[in-house]
Amino acid sequence: MIIHQVLFIVFGIICVAGAVNLLAQRHPINSALSLVVVMASLALIYLLLGAEFVAAIQIIVYAGAIMVLFVFVIMLLNAGEEERTRGSRIALLIGVPGVVVLAGTVGWLLVHSGGQLGSVSISSSNFGETHSIARLLFKDFLLPFEITSVLILIAIMGAVVLGKREG
Amino acid sequence: MVPLSWYLILSAILFCLGVFGFLLKRNIITIFMSIELMLNAVNLSFVAFANYWNSHPHKLASGADVVPLSGHVFVFFVMVVAAAEAAVGLAIIISVFRTRETLNVDQVNLLKL
Repeated sequence: MIIHQVLFIVFGIICVAGAVNLLAQRHPINSALSLVVVMASLALIYLLLGAEFVAAIQIIVYAGAIMVLFVFVIMLLNAGEEERTRGSRIALLIGVPGVVVLAGTVGWLLVHSGGQLGSVSISSSNFGETHSIARLLFKDFLLPFEITSVLILIAIMGAVVLGKREG
Repeated sequence: MVPLSWYLILSAILFCLGVFGFLLKRNIITIFMSIELMLNAVNLSFVAFANYWNSHPHKLASGADVVPLSGHVFVFFVMVVAAAEAAVGLAIIISVFRTRETLNVDQVNLLKL
């Protein structure tokens, strides 16, 4: 299954390139569009993992709804280019080396002992189908699913209250 | 056949890039996008492990079976929470911009409006 590996490497490189571009760009609209690239290539990686439903909602919810909200706010606030001011020194002095150490440790562990983990393949056709996810979601996870609706209601009310013009 | 560790390494790279963006960017909207990037990185490892446990059946210490598809359900919940978070967070950004006229986090250093 060499084609599987080739596709993973291609989409993985697009994904990382989009994420690096998100950090490199100074205008928020460029960052938002590179985040859309990251999300679209992640959706294709989900398809490689046999997660059809998750890939579909990744495109619809993330790349569609959430990113439209971001782009809308950037346009609404007329956000200009980022000023490169010196940020917090603690973030630079402690945070950045911390992230480097974290990435190094995780990468070293995975490269060193990742062989014991085995591998994934494009699985049988009924895995990741909407049918089986719905069965799980509405039986075993019914209570969390219902609580989620309350969460969304609170989020809607919060957004309306915060966005309301005062006075 | 792709090793599971490749997916986890990609996930770790994306997560660390998200943390870097969170620490180094100064625009509040870009910081928010870095958080979304971190959430996506975690989603990738959930889906990768769901596929992995599907092809490697396994029992928990309590004797119960691992349900591989619950990884997909978790991704679903993460997306719901991310959508709610985006709605509230962007409303907060709009309300901060109204009073401060800036999106630079260095100039937003008081909770009081």
